[in-house]
Amino acid sequence: MAVIETRDLTYNYPGAKKPSIKDVSITIESGEFVILTGPSGCGKTTLCRCFNGLIPHFYGGKLEGEVVVAGCKVADHSIYELARHVGLVFQNPENQLFALSVEKDVAFGLENLAVPRDDMKKRVDWALQMTGIEELSERPPHELSGGQQQRVAIACVLAMQPEIMILDEPTSFLDPVGAQKIFEVINELNRKLGITIILVEHRLDLASKYANHVIVMDEGTVVLDGEPRGVFNSEKARLTGVGVPKATRLYQILGENGIRLGRVPVTSEEAASLLREVLKRD
Amino acid sequence: MSMFEGFRFRRVSSSIHRLDPRVKFFFVCVLFVMAILFNKLLAIIVLFFVPLPFVLIAGVKREWLRSMRGATFFAIFIFVVNFVFGYFYPGTIQGISPPIDTLSEYFIILEKSLALTLRFFVLVASFSVFFLTTSPDHLGLALEQSHVPYEFCFAFTTAVRFVPVLADEAQTIMDAQKARGLELERGNFLKRVRNYIPILIPLIVGAIRRSLELAEAMESRAWGASEKRTNLYVLKLKKGDYILAFGSVLMLIFAVYVWLSVPIPSLTALLRL
Amino acid sequence: MIEVKDLYFTYPAGVEALRGITLTIDDGEFLAIMGQNGAGKTTLVKQFNGLLKPTKGEVVVDGVSTREMSVAQLARKVGFVFQNPDHQLFCETVEEEIAFALRNFGFEENAIKKRVDWALNLLDVMQYRKTSPFMLSGGERKRVALASVLAWDPHVVILDEPTIGQDHQQKEKLRQFIVQLNAQKKTVVVVTHDVEFVAECNPRVVLMSGGKIVAEGLAEEILTNPKLVAQASIVPPQITQIFLGLPDFGLPTNVIDVHEARRILLDLLEGSS
Repeated sequence: MAVIETRDLTYNYPGAKKPSIKDVSITIESGEFVILTGPSGCGKTTLCRCFNGLIPHFYGGKLEGEVVVAGCKVADHSIYELARHVGLVFQNPENQLFALSVEKDVAFGLENLAVPRDDMKKRVDWALQMTGIEELSERPPHELSGGQQQRVAIACVLAMQPEIMILDEPTSFLDPVGAQKIFEVINELNRKLGITIILVEHRLDLASKYANHVIVMDEGTVVLDGEPRGVFNSEKARLTGVGVPKATRLYQILGENGIRLGRVPVTSEEAASLLREVLKRD
Repeated sequence: MSMFEGFRFRRVSSSIHRLDPRVKFFFVCVLFVMAILFNKLLAIIVLFFVPLPFVLIAGVKREWLRSMRGATFFAIFIFVVNFVFGYFYPGTIQGISPPIDTLSEYFIILEKSLALTLRFFVLVASFSVFFLTTSPDHLGLALEQSHVPYEFCFAFTTAVRFVPVLADEAQTIMDAQKARGLELERGNFLKRVRNYIPILIPLIVGAIRRSLELAEAMESRAWGASEKRTNLYVLKLKKGDYILAFGSVLMLIFAVYVWLSVPIPSLTALLRL
Repeated sequence: MIEVKDLYFTYPAGVEALRGITLTIDDGEFLAIMGQNGAGKTTLVKQFNGLLKPTKGEVVVDGVSTREMSVAQLARKVGFVFQNPDHQLFCETVEEEIAFALRNFGFEENAIKKRVDWALNLLDVMQYRKTSPFMLSGGERKRVALASVLAWDPHVVILDEPTIGQDHQQKEKLRQFIVQLNAQKKTVVVVTHDVEFVAECNPRVVLMSGGKIVAEGLAEEILTNPKLVAQASIVPPQITQIFLGLPDFGLPTNVIDVHEARRILLDLLEGSS
């Protein structure tokens, strides 16, 4: 069942002559783990904001075409209505946390939705547990590391129990180990709770192993849309200049020398086991 | 700057910290009213001792002293102004008349100026105790439950939350500009002021950018979804709060009674100076 | 040339960030300082331009101890490009932004004109000469910040986390740019935790953890050592991980480049058939 559908979606920021996204038509099924990638300025951030209503309600501008999220036409529903269905985690962890304790921040969305206190407490505790930060519940955000702050931000969104979670380059400011932890948390939410994930990322080497759907954008349009192996292995991906995982790159250049691996690998483990088969054969 | 240090909340817990901020604020207001009512030195000395037990129980002696030290500069200013004023316009002070020529008249002016200076200290002392023993989130909660519109409470707690962040950012900006040869300590006064422009502009632009990101995050978490928000925490009045509230009311009644019917002697007269 | 001799540094708040660092950076080198967030990488490079001065030990730049020089004097030789360009940008036009440091360092007007033109060309931002830096995109602002540092032609260029938020093509351009700087005999120090970027550049690597240097050597030796890499909380490059997953084939253990990997695998396959 499609949880997000767009048809010929085109958007101009107020006063902009050129559209930031043009004729975007994609379908995202419930429970998918989608990676949205492309060079800087390709429109991925703009597209994400179309999914939770920031475009058009917060930014204004001219939105053409259609976007339907969790059965609601985004243009017809306010941002706070859509917030029940789709949560957005932003790039900078610092600027999403406003309260003086983690607990209060996680409860913020629920307070806005006027959830009764007992219910709220349960959901806050649950969200903290799912993101593995229960022991941080009374700490102020300023004392936390970037990775911890991002987990709080995820808990804040999770507490509202949306069907869809969008994360816009959430690991930009984190080191590789911190980034991996975040991806693992997101993956848990996808596998255990069935939350549809849309992850905007450049670091495909770290993130691609979790995805089952990849969308590549360039200059406002969608240039590739499909399952990871096909997308990463395509010529278009290389031309667009996305950072295809090295494992896939190795597959490609071995192929140029007549060495065929069984499948297109996306992670180092896959590549290693495929190479093992080839090497053992000889 | 150190006067403000004394107002910054420190994370410690004591029975005073756990008191309801609204009751503490009421107590401080009562002290404020009493300090305004009386202008006799003896009365104000008594008032000065009232916040002291709270300072000791709360364990904030060091920070409190720092705020008092910071207030000294202002206090000296108040003292000097009042003394000079009293000398040139003695008609405003009871018990003396121009020309000022006896020693006891000098003492009366001195006493009046000391009283007004000490009144300033009483105000600083009581508000300092309030801010030192009330965490910003408690304060924000108290504002909310006192039916201050949520937008203001939110603006308050968010501002407090970002103070350390902005302080760090200011330091980083200074480093970045120093690394481009900007010298902040050099030059005359005017040049030094102009040298702060490369610090202020990135700071302000950064604050504006930050506000935009915050607004996006707020909207994305259902800001404005309900007319009446619920709250994770709630302030409940406990025994200690009732005692303090009751005590404050008694104190106020007593003070008004004394002010109306008990003439307080001046210290100068008492000591027969 | 930069020499660090048994350097210890403790922040005023009491955190000991550097514990006995000894390091030499030669002229014209390309050095990557790696490690997780909090390892002390940025604290170390801030010692090179004097923003921080040693608590114990010494940092010597071109024969003079940093303790004897101001930040402005050191900055003339050691350029520092901060992670966030918005911490520096404040002028009305890109031109003025680039000229800012030149004016601080006392270059004369003619020289400033020439250098501004040169820097604008070098970073491909000539078309934005009269544009406000705030109107540019993120990547363009980064280029302006870099141009404003290169304009005064420092011997050493320090880049603090230059790859954060950059896409693949931007990183590739940056890599080529660093090669160009090295070719001009400039020393380049990059602080980063981006393992794939370092793997493509193959510089000398200094690995830090907990305020100490835990390893030093070529990228292909350091990044391929699983123990070291785990200690510094980074992950090996994907190609290395692939080879580590094939221990029983006698493959060399220091491969970080995809083309090198192909060559080795082809040799292995051809050898066995």
